Amino acid sequence: MTAPALLPALTVTARGVAHRAQGACTCPAPVPAAVLADRADGTVVRHGDVVAKAHAPGTDPTELATRLAVASALPGILLPPLRPDAAELHERLVTFWPHGSPVDPDAPELAPWEAAATLLARLHAVPVRQLPGPLPPMRGPAKAALAVARLLAAGPHPASAPILRAWAGLPPWARAETPTRHAAALCHGDLHLGQLVRRPAGTGPWLLIDVDDLGTGDPAWDLARPAAWFASGLLPAEEWTRFLTAYQEAGGAPALQSDPWPALDAPARALTVQTAALAVAKATAAGRELDEAEEALVDACDRMAAVPPELAQGAAK
Amino acid sequence: MQCPKCHAPMHTYNRNGVQIEQCSGCRGIFLDYGELESLTRLESQWQQQMPPAPPAPQAYPSAPAPAWGAPHHGGHHGHHGHHKGGFGRMLFSS
Repeated sequence: MTAPALLPALTVTARGVAHRAQGACTCPAPVPAAVLADRADGTVVRHGDVVAKAHAPGTDPTELATRLAVASALPGILLPPLRPDAAELHERLVTFWPHGSPVDPDAPELAPWEAAATLLARLHAVPVRQLPGPLPPMRGPAKAALAVARLLAAGPHPASAPILRAWAGLPPWARAETPTRHAAALCHGDLHLGQLVRRPAGTGPWLLIDVDDLGTGDPAWDLARPAAWFASGLLPAEEWTRFLTAYQEAGGAPALQSDPWPALDAPARALTVQTAALAVAKATAAGRELDEAEEALVDACDRMAAVPPELAQGAAK
Repeated sequence: MQCPKCHAPMHTYNRNGVQIEQCSGCRGIFLDYGELESLTRLESQWQQQMPPAPPAPQAYPSAPAPAWGAPHHGGHHGHHGHHKGGFGRMLFSS
């Protein structure tokens, strides 16, 4: 995924930031050091209390600087970076963060739905004009479009047709073809359970991480991934209701109060398409069958064709 | 077809080989001749494999859902759903 030289260099850099005062590594053995992620969209390593992230190739330095400044400005909502600026390493922008403890991937039933919803409600309520700027657009729709491009590049698959049909039925703003004009709240842009950490680890409050997709846009997008899981029959109604109710009670966006579905419909469709498209692209590349959860997303795309978004009450935007 | 109760369009789902029509408006379910018996047969096969479960509190979604949403079955919520297929991994990925 990464250039061969990047990962060792990033590991050394994280260690250097962790011990810049002492010089040598004085962490008690064994040092909690690990590669947390190594994907096309970012490589993340940890050394002790320091996490270093090499952002995707082609990341805009000005936009990343603004997003870092926003994270520094909202310390109770977003995890603030250790350093205000990105460094450059092997032609990649690298940022430094304190370590926080994530949601246990083996115990998703302990997911902090209420905390996630409350953080989103507070994020969406931030007055955008008081933030460092100019804020770039939230990248949610652009990521959905990239997922569809990846599906098209993956080659033929029987599940592609219903996914592409569902995509074709979305309004242009949700496909990143036109700017989002109907809303300009501060949004995270890529919410999932991997985007929450507790700081201090294990005991501190939950905070949102990963500012790569942060920007202005429709706040419904940040609720749309859990909404897509719920609508696809994967997330139990009980957990979806906990998440949505906590968001509403924490003073979330007005359009998502009482009946949120007119505002959620297009973003939830887009996230269903995005997740299904990535699943099919990955399954095609690996030469494997879709699993049950992935089939459920494709089935949801298939059902969307029968109910165009313009028929969804009040959803035309 | 149209819902006999509220006249909204009905959509067809296939559940374990049984065609079910569900209304996009009131979420009511329409079964053709013999489908209830098919479902009862599937249920009894299921119960033979499984220890008896407490009765479902309701058969309709407990939360508002879009018309294209999958039917949610009350009483089946719980954490086993997370481990179905790759949903556990999906919860943590972009």
